[in-house]
Amino acid sequence: MSESPVTAPSPARKRRGNMQLLMANRLAAAGLFIFGFIVVVALLAPVLPIPNPDLTDQPNRLLPPLSQGHLLGTDHLGRDILSRLIWGTQVSLLVGISATALAALFGSLIGLVAGYARGATDSVLMRLVDMLMAFPYILLAIAIVAALGPGLLNALYAIALVNIPFFARNIRGVTVSIRNREFVDAARLSGKSHAAILFTEVLPNVLPVIVITMSTTVGWMILETAGLSFLGLGAQPPTSDLGSMLGQARAQLFTAPHASIIPGIMIFVLVMSINLLGDGIRDVLDPRLRSGALDRPMAVTRIERKTKPAPTLADAPALVVDGLSAGFDNGGGVTPAVRNISFRLGKGECLGLIGESGSGKSVTALSLMGLVASPPGVITAGGVYIEGQEVLSLREQELIGLRGARVAYVFQDPLTTLHPLFAVGEQIAEAILAHQKMGKTAAHARAVELMESVGIRDAASRASAYPHELSGGQRQRIGIAMALANEPDIIIADEPTTALDVTVQARILELLDALRRERGLALLLITHDFGVVAQVCDRVAVMRHGEIVEQGDTQDILRDPQHDYTKRLIACVPELGEGHGFLDRVRPLFKEAGA
Amino acid sequence: MPTYIAKRLLAAIPVILGLSIIVFLVMKLIPGDPAQALLGSYATPDNVARINRALGLDRSWPEQYFIWIANLLQGDFGRSYVLNRPVLDEVIERFGATLILAGAALVLCSVLGILAGIVSAVRQFGWTDRIVTFFVLIGISMPAFFLGLVFILFFAVQWRLLPASGMYAVYGGGDLPDLLRHLVLPASTLAIVATGVVARLTRAAMLEVLRQDFIRTARAKGLSENTVIYRHAFRAALVSVIPVLGIQAGFVLGGAVYIETVFQWPGLGQMLVKAVSTRDILLVQGGVLIATSVYVLVNLLADVAQAMLDPRLKA
Repeated sequence: MSESPVTAPSPARKRRGNMQLLMANRLAAAGLFIFGFIVVVALLAPVLPIPNPDLTDQPNRLLPPLSQGHLLGTDHLGRDILSRLIWGTQVSLLVGISATALAALFGSLIGLVAGYARGATDSVLMRLVDMLMAFPYILLAIAIVAALGPGLLNALYAIALVNIPFFARNIRGVTVSIRNREFVDAARLSGKSHAAILFTEVLPNVLPVIVITMSTTVGWMILETAGLSFLGLGAQPPTSDLGSMLGQARAQLFTAPHASIIPGIMIFVLVMSINLLGDGIRDVLDPRLRSGALDRPMAVTRIERKTKPAPTLADAPALVVDGLSAGFDNGGGVTPAVRNISFRLGKGECLGLIGESGSGKSVTALSLMGLVASPPGVITAGGVYIEGQEVLSLREQELIGLRGARVAYVFQDPLTTLHPLFAVGEQIAEAILAHQKMGKTAAHARAVELMESVGIRDAASRASAYPHELSGGQRQRIGIAMALANEPDIIIADEPTTALDVTVQARILELLDALRRERGLALLLITHDFGVVAQVCDRVAVMRHGEIVEQGDTQDILRDPQHDYTKRLIACVPELGEGHGFLDRVRPLFKEAGA
Repeated sequence: MPTYIAKRLLAAIPVILGLSIIVFLVMKLIPGDPAQALLGSYATPDNVARINRALGLDRSWPEQYFIWIANLLQGDFGRSYVLNRPVLDEVIERFGATLILAGAALVLCSVLGILAGIVSAVRQFGWTDRIVTFFVLIGISMPAFFLGLVFILFFAVQWRLLPASGMYAVYGGGDLPDLLRHLVLPASTLAIVATGVVARLTRAAMLEVLRQDFIRTARAKGLSENTVIYRHAFRAALVSVIPVLGIQAGFVLGGAVYIETVFQWPGLGQMLVKAVSTRDILLVQGGVLIATSVYVLVNLLADVAQAMLDPRLKA
């Protein structure tokens, strides 16, 4: 339903390379630029005109930044901070990247083997990985360093080890999903060994995940190795990385804060540039992880009409829709979805709105109360009159007051449309309390009554059930009870029976029909099934490509459809026992349409 | 529910046993002969053999492990030879301080992170969202130990608002207000660094929930937007945020190591760092094992809380 039925397919967009995509993301580009600069400077350390980082100069200790000959000042031994910063960055980068590479190597191997072999190998390996994950990360690293002794290399091993689980888990997940794909089966049948399959067939497909996991963990690993060095458990003098620079300068924090702050900022900038870049790489390699602008859920449908319709309509029936056009916000503009929809619906009447999926039925139904949320809907023209009053011009609060009170909805799949974590009775009571002043107990009692009235047996005890504990038919009855909660004038039922078994379907339709007759409800029934229309609707409007192509009494249209498309829809209702004759009958109707 | 909790408790036992095996094996990584290290210059072959026999080091690894575990179960974690007191006493004393710090940080980062995540999701791509995203990025890139130093510089040294170190004032302290004053800086440092992840994942969970059909139903019922967001959407998002809070419990327990060092907080982390540099292996072993077991239990609590929120998980 999210695709626009009226616009021509947009010209095929040119596929951009990964690098171009990365550069299009401004933050990632900035991250790449900063990270690249840091790496180049760190690598150039031996040839840059900077003093020896270990050259002590006691008389000139703790010089502030911008001192003669020491751009960033000197530390507690009179060593040049700029020089130490550049050399320290080199060490930090080297250690962080090596730790990442080690973790990636062993983690990916474990993940590949576990995911490919499955069975006992898988459970043993993954239980081990789970055990490693059960430690608060840095504590295991500290235990390892405690055993091996403080030192940069030992810190590197410890950090790599505690990060193996991330790789193992991610890579195993992907491997499991790949191992049963056709191309792996083909390789197996062609007689390739398991090792060959793993490295030539599976690995290339897993590689993006490895790269994503690396790019998102490397910043963290640099941070943690710096942390261990800061604690004095990593780099030992004379070697120093950014963390140990900070750790040593801490003693002079109050007298010479620059000696601590400079390496601290360096770690921060380095890690931030890597995180920016990492997020960018993830977005490029795995677009599913990125939430696109089109998915943006909005609270309400926006209303942007050039001309405002008349605020009231004289002697109008319960519901009048007049020239309604609506579409979706596609970020830059509006993709139209429905155009110039008009219909009227009186009390006690049932209008069927029929069409194939994508014809704009649901958008129409939801637009009436401004409920098209995702992708964000925009109403571009027309008016909706409830009892002669134009409702789209109302203030948000007034529109909310109408929803569920005067106009109620019954939706398609009651498993997804009921809140999974609230008891059904509570959900009905909540609908009552949204519009009526009464106590909680009274609302609950009323909810049970409503459940009885829609034919739920043993309603008092069922009220405390959760949606997943009910059958599909019962759930839809709850949906209907909820719609009836405030005795609305109009019920909009959006494919209320589509998700149900055929026998249940018939009963739900009977219930809706009976309620309409008893209570004089105006029922707008959205469906793709002419059988349903024939059963309950007085009148029918046929929608196609976002427009109503034909509208009239159900009997007239069934007997003598005017529009070609209506004829085809009617022909599509199979008859019992028709067998293959049905396909032969329907096929020629769709030949010319190319459908 | 009680059966569910019992089941989860039973499932935690093998995990804690597995952890103890890993800790045991890590201690076997120690290069050289522990008896030699313990005795230093007194390490005559005779003495080494005697110590090995006394510590049970002449037995096989599995035997050593079972003896060790049996002792642990009786509350005997060994003696710290540096502090010359039972490991368990020292660990319990220190762990209290860590729990105060980590607990405060966990509460802070949960509240801040969840609020920021919700606001950010509801105003996706708006200004609030951008500001939150920016702070999240700073949070996850900021070294906790550096942020702590910066806080000390400004709040304690520059503006003299809050104490820079310790848990109580040396003179005349010791009551609750004094503790809270000392807690503010270390707890907020730890919380700020941990908030980023909570905010990021809450935002993702909220965005996922906000596009669900039942949110549309809630709006169609005529509920106010606040009820839709905070009651319907957040309740559903919380189910996936709770495990994240469990993981953050591990993050603050681990991060406490840095914070305690920076702020001289007399907790387990500070003890561990000292113990590592003095090679007080039994103390490290006991401290890590107890902290990790608590973390496992916190995650178990998170599982139970999740099942209480989501009736579908109880089955």
